[in-house]
Amino acid sequence: MTEGLRLTVDGVGHHYGGLQVLRGISLTAEPGQVMVLVGPSGCGKSTLLGIMGGMLAPSEGVVRCAGDVPADCLNPLTYVFQDFSLLPWRTVAGNVALVLEDRLNRTDCSARVAEVLALTGLTDFAGAWPRQLSGGMRQRVGIARALAVHPACLLLDEPLSALDAQTRDLLLDEFSTLITQAGTTTIYVTHNLAEAVRLGHQIVVLSRRPGEVRDVLRVDRPLAERSAADPDLVALEQRLWRMIRDDAAVAERERIDVAS
Amino acid sequence: MSRLDGPVAFRGGGFAPRDRAWAAVATLVGVVVLWQAGASAGVIPTLFLPAPISIARALWSLTVSGELWKNLSVSLMRLAVGWIVGTVFGIGLGLAVGLWSAMRSPGMAIVSALFPIPKIALVPLFIIWFGIGEGSKLATLAFGVFFPTVIATAGGVDNVPRGLIRMGQSFGLSHAAIIRKIVLPAALPAILSGFRVTVSIAIVLLVAAEMIGAERGIGAFVLSAGNLYDTDNLLAGIVVLSVLGLVVSWTIGRLERIFLKWRA
Ligand SMILES: Nc1ncnc2c1ncn2[C@@H]1O[C@H](COP(=O)(O)OP(=O)(O)O)[C@@H](O)[C@H]1O
Ligand SMILES: [Mg+2]
Repeated sequence: MTEGLRLTVDGVGHHYGGLQVLRGISLTAEPGQVMVLVGPSGCGKSTLLGIMGGMLAPSEGVVRCAGDVPADCLNPLTYVFQDFSLLPWRTVAGNVALVLEDRLNRTDCSARVAEVLALTGLTDFAGAWPRQLSGGMRQRVGIARALAVHPACLLLDEPLSALDAQTRDLLLDEFSTLITQAGTTTIYVTHNLAEAVRLGHQIVVLSRRPGEVRDVLRVDRPLAERSAADPDLVALEQRLWRMIRDDAAVAERERIDVAS
Repeated sequence: MSRLDGPVAFRGGGFAPRDRAWAAVATLVGVVVLWQAGASAGVIPTLFLPAPISIARALWSLTVSGELWKNLSVSLMRLAVGWIVGTVFGIGLGLAVGLWSAMRSPGMAIVSALFPIPKIALVPLFIIWFGIGEGSKLATLAFGVFFPTVIATAGGVDNVPRGLIRMGQSFGLSHAAIIRKIVLPAALPAILSGFRVTVSIAIVLLVAAEMIGAERGIGAFVLSAGNLYDTDNLLAGIVVLSVLGLVVSWTIGRLERIFLKWRA
């Protein structure tokens, strides 16, 4: 499974009407590795992730994917959403089954549902409605649903941003483990630099809008050996913050003008 | 400067009405009791408004003689068929209007132009088209139910969170699966509240159509009782219509509780 996909972004630019959001983006997400996209709010991170997974047609450039996909993969490029995007009228198990049921027979479907619910610690919540769950549990359902299709590439758009700080720390550890186990190529969007240094093999720093690649940092330490207290990672986080601080300050003011 | 001294006064109450089932029943029973008392005391002239007991007696003899069921059964049949036809086509067009640009403006143009027409005005036309028999009555009902259903369904589809649809697409669900598993369930609350409106419309149109040209049916029965100044039977027919409305609205409430139990 560790082979995975290589995703190549080639000269991608995007504008919404007259608003240029991305310019000249070229990147390569390596098979089985985690690429983190960081940058100030509104710089086009979600737009880029949408383009990478085929949910948005870029104004310029292309995204190519190449590599072997496991035989039991049902959806090579698979998203995890910031707002979880669960169906409120389906239970936890039903939400996971949604993405399996038309493609697998009943036995295989429930086997896979049980497998990913166990993996994410949700077995006891299989029959619960989303409204009965905390934000952290909802996002566990989101990741369970994504893992259930045995993806070749995971695309996560600020998956922890809607959660409180404590829940975020707990889930970050779990994500780190799950992503390592799954061994898929992973694109992880965040504005949280602690998440970036915990998860990224490559950390792509985008400038404020129109987003361009300012820098790409590489972190070779395996995910399993990283921790929140690691001084090297803390130093790296501070370096990242110095890089994007001014952009973030300007971007924050910009949003107020643009807000409509 | 002024001084504050003392406990902080509570000011966060009210604006939280609660449902009380017993109060609903007690109100209806109370009205009937007062009405009967007024009639017995001679305050309410029974020539114009018969007493509840006389209406109950009329209902009883209509039930025993089979007269009631003879009329009610045809009415229920018309109501069911007309409502279902209007609802099925209405949900179909509502979905199409809510989902496809090609259908949206043309569909809404037709709905906006035809919806405001009082359907009763069309009954004579439907009689010319579909004959004096069942066809014209069913068409009146279906037509009256169709437009509000389109509007409720299209509104429901418009309000389906786009993020959920994108989620379905991102997992590679087929177009049909997205409609069946995401769009329809998300629009269901709006469609079900539409049912409350369309069922009342259907009952109104049913009675109107049966008054214009029918031998049987609750509407025809009420009309002929009225022509004979037989107010006991006239009111008995009206009570049946009221009960019919209550039963249907209760049924929709049950459906909502079953299908929307995830909202709780
Ligand atoms: N569908 C859209 N139409 C118009 N403008 C959009 C749309 N989506 C995003 N934008 C704008 O594009 C910019 C980048 O958005 P986004 O990719 O969501 O940024 P990020 O995820 O980095 O915060 C923002 O200024 C946003 O307001
Ligand atoms: Mg975003």
